[in-house]
Amino acid sequence: MALGTIGDQDVASRVEATIQRRGRDVRGTGFRFALFAALGISTLILVILLVDVLTDGWPVLTDRLGDFWSGTLRSRSSDDSLGISQGIVGSFWIAVFVAVLAFPIGIAAAVYLEEYAPRNWFTSVLDIVVRNLAGVPSVVYGLLGLFLFVKGTAVTNWFVDRVNNRWNAWYGEDLIELGQSTLFAGGVTLAVLVLPIVIITAAEAIRAVPQSLREGAYGVGATKWEVIKSQVLPFAAPGILTGTLLALARAVGEAAPLILVGAITGRLAPRDSMFSGLEDFFGQFADRFTAMPIVIVGWVQNSGRDEGFGPAAGAAIVVLLVFVIIMNSIAVLLRNYFEKKRG
Amino acid sequence: MADLTTAIAVKESTLTTEHALSPDSGPVSDDMVFQTRDLSVYYGDFRAVRDVELAIPERQITALIGPSGCGKSTVLRSFNRMNDLIPTARVDGTLLYRGVDLYADRVDPVEVRRRIGMVFQKPNPFPKSIFDNVAYGPRIAGIRKKGELNDIVEASLHKAALWDEVKDRLSASATGMSGGQQQRLCIARAIASSPDVLLMDEPCSALDPIATARIEDLMAELKNDYTIMIVTHNMQQAARVSDRTAFFTAEVDIHTDQRTGLLVEYDLTTTIFSNPADERTENYITGRFG
Amino acid sequence: MTDVIDDSIPPPPLTLDLLAGPSRRRLKERLISAVFFAAAIVSVIISVLIMFSLVREAWTFITGVDWGVTWGEAGWFPRRGLYDMPTLLVSSVIVTVVAMLVAGPLGLGSAIYLSEYASRRTRSILKPVLEVLAGVPSVVLGFFALFFISPQLIERIGRNAWLLIGALIIVTYAAVVALWARRQFAEATVARAVIIKRVVWLTVFVAGGLLLAWWVLSVAGEADAFAVKRSGQLAAAAVGVGILTIPLVASVAEDALASVPRELREASAGLGARQATTTVQVVLPAAVSGIVAAFIIGISRALGETMVVFMAGGAADAAQFTSSPFDGGLTMTAGMASLATGTDNVVGEGLTFQSLYFVGLVLFLLTLLLNIVAGRFVARVRERY
Repeated sequence: MALGTIGDQDVASRVEATIQRRGRDVRGTGFRFALFAALGISTLILVILLVDVLTDGWPVLTDRLGDFWSGTLRSRSSDDSLGISQGIVGSFWIAVFVAVLAFPIGIAAAVYLEEYAPRNWFTSVLDIVVRNLAGVPSVVYGLLGLFLFVKGTAVTNWFVDRVNNRWNAWYGEDLIELGQSTLFAGGVTLAVLVLPIVIITAAEAIRAVPQSLREGAYGVGATKWEVIKSQVLPFAAPGILTGTLLALARAVGEAAPLILVGAITGRLAPRDSMFSGLEDFFGQFADRFTAMPIVIVGWVQNSGRDEGFGPAAGAAIVVLLVFVIIMNSIAVLLRNYFEKKRG
Repeated sequence: MADLTTAIAVKESTLTTEHALSPDSGPVSDDMVFQTRDLSVYYGDFRAVRDVELAIPERQITALIGPSGCGKSTVLRSFNRMNDLIPTARVDGTLLYRGVDLYADRVDPVEVRRRIGMVFQKPNPFPKSIFDNVAYGPRIAGIRKKGELNDIVEASLHKAALWDEVKDRLSASATGMSGGQQQRLCIARAIASSPDVLLMDEPCSALDPIATARIEDLMAELKNDYTIMIVTHNMQQAARVSDRTAFFTAEVDIHTDQRTGLLVEYDLTTTIFSNPADERTENYITGRFG
Repeated sequence: MTDVIDDSIPPPPLTLDLLAGPSRRRLKERLISAVFFAAAIVSVIISVLIMFSLVREAWTFITGVDWGVTWGEAGWFPRRGLYDMPTLLVSSVIVTVVAMLVAGPLGLGSAIYLSEYASRRTRSILKPVLEVLAGVPSVVLGFFALFFISPQLIERIGRNAWLLIGALIIVTYAAVVALWARRQFAEATVARAVIIKRVVWLTVFVAGGLLLAWWVLSVAGEADAFAVKRSGQLAAAAVGVGILTIPLVASVAEDALASVPRELREASAGLGARQATTTVQVVLPAAVSGIVAAFIIGISRALGETMVVFMAGGAADAAQFTSSPFDGGLTMTAGMASLATGTDNVVGEGLTFQSLYFVGLVLFLLTLLLNIVAGRFVARVRERY
């Protein structure tokens, strides 16, 4: 072999030269740069968005945060009592509706799908239904809410009559008024909207529970419910919690369905006695309402004729974003923490 | 509302009744814990194991051995109705537990599993404290008193030869223990429900030789109180610990390439390993097959 | 059977009753499973209610409306009884196309970078950016589109840039189709069906290209070609919708890329391929179904997005027909929202309320179709690996 006679050192240096050749891959570098640019532009957009919102809302947030916090919807932006308190209260109650209705029903439905459902045509239909519900545009949920609660159907009329009869017997007035856009209608509509999100994330978390845990519990004679209660749900809890937090953030930021069911974008008479009695407590659910995203939409629309509403909307967005981003971050951190913990 | 009950429940009712033990199938021996006749297990349409005939005596260790895919674990799991958890699985034939048909309509699998405990291939402690793991069975059986639970947990851990190692850290998480300790904890967990029978599905396959030896010693002790059935892929282990051995093998359908397990031979362990009646058993024991 | 040791007291005889367990426990289990079943049924009820409400009100519209007012009118004026569907449909197409021009490359590029290139540390820093972006409410993007994208981007660029961008898009499109055709027709093939299939596709692509060219030229040819509507245009809203869709496209595409087995990458690298080659020639083709699904899901999301267009689309209540992204306009969703807002209830001539549901039904069916198709593509990836 000729190579052998040249000498090992020569061969080694040639090999070294070959495998160390670098920096010629222009197309590869360009490709990589383009991909990174995509991510970079997305990041830049987020930064610009946050800075823009913050600078727009800054004057309001620094000058009159206290008044802004406790103020109400007004028709002029120069009004000293312009503020977001009604939006906060509305969003708070919507979150409560979601937590009370969508969380238990959604988690229970996920448990049924993953633990109880037999393998048959009905279960596959159920699965398809849930998946498709998650992809339905949010305005369509608004149409449903409008149809059920505001326009009223035979079934809802019947239900409302029952409730009102009972309420009349106690307090001598109607609790729910159909044909009116109420907090009740908005809350239920958004609970329905996030239900598929809760189901899908909870089902994913339950699917991640190792079968060996279930077998261990069944093996000592646990019933299905005991296995679910003592093994499946505790193990899946972090994942379920992540899903519920994401759903809550989604519901609080959602505006389109509320617009459809008729949330107030203009002036809303302040309600002063919220916790003064049972009647007032329930009564507010039958009132006209607004919510944080709706307040923002209303002010953005008003800014055309009254420029002062622009900064107010910016400030309201900052408040909404702080809340939503905190919730999302907790959810993401929680998920990452438990993913890491389980390896 | 038929959807409410699981698919299994529906299937259960359709199979066992017609195969109730007929008068001519011989007397049911009192000292046998289990007796099977023509036992087959199906996954959907596929028959995984066929025609198993076994009589399991009390307070002895019976080993099920055979090459992988011969259905020995499937058979073991039909003895405490763990197969019910697989949606497509069903059992055909007769399986008597102390004279009662385990697959009769009215039998509740939960009640069966409280009497016939199980230890699994991979140690599967719950992500709870050591105490809560052992106390799990008694608690779901309705025992709430702290003192009583303490006694049961201590006794179970003693029996599982684990007490001395863990008595100072009962509230520590069970998942931090070594593999061998975890498996002994799972045995203690099974014992705590005061079962009649212990089914062990390759309990040492995930353990090192030293931990395996400890479990084997433990089984020799437990034999005084419980009837034990063990599935193992390790012939030496079967020879060391068991009183009786059942050898299974698989036949392959050349058309579908599916393997169906069957029982070849069941006898005293000494006989199986020294003087097997069937050629297939001998080939397996001597290492010519499998 | 001789060595059975049995010197203890025989256990009490076991009966079937003992193995049946307490009936209370079984009843409890049944009740609990019934509760879970009921919870699962809620989704079915909601689906039925959605379809029922849409179909019922839309049916009143379909049977009652004079179809002359739904096509070829000046625009969408629901309170005056003019329901020109092309106004909403064309605006929806414009917004969706422009949004996907933003979200497609940015989302897919981010996904590929995160999945194939990013180190663990880069990933842990940049992944949360997409997650935060995914959580931003659409009203915030509406505000941003109206007060930033519209004045700072769209109004500055104006229609001159539109001509340039439009020409670029057309040239790129033509080049891609030409490349595709060269590769397809270069292969010698005998099967007639294959040739017919290729010809059909080519026809479709060419027709699409002509439509695109017509659109760009028609916008450019308008009388006020160099005017941009102030404070809100479809283009600004579309960019906002696109930003909102980036994280969705990225996350579905990343899932698809993650499902490509590592062995394929290793096989390619083992043959001496550079990373870019591996990514373009091995990973992307393997994940192509999932990437298509990501785009379809993105389109479905963009089509269903309401608030951004409602706030920044430059039209309130009613809209003139337009095919230009630099005009104000209403998409199907924004049309619904603008009709429902303002007054206490949806009022107008006769069928105004029902027109909401007719538009809603069209939107629902379109998104359902897209989601089902996307589901098929996702399932295809899963089946393969």
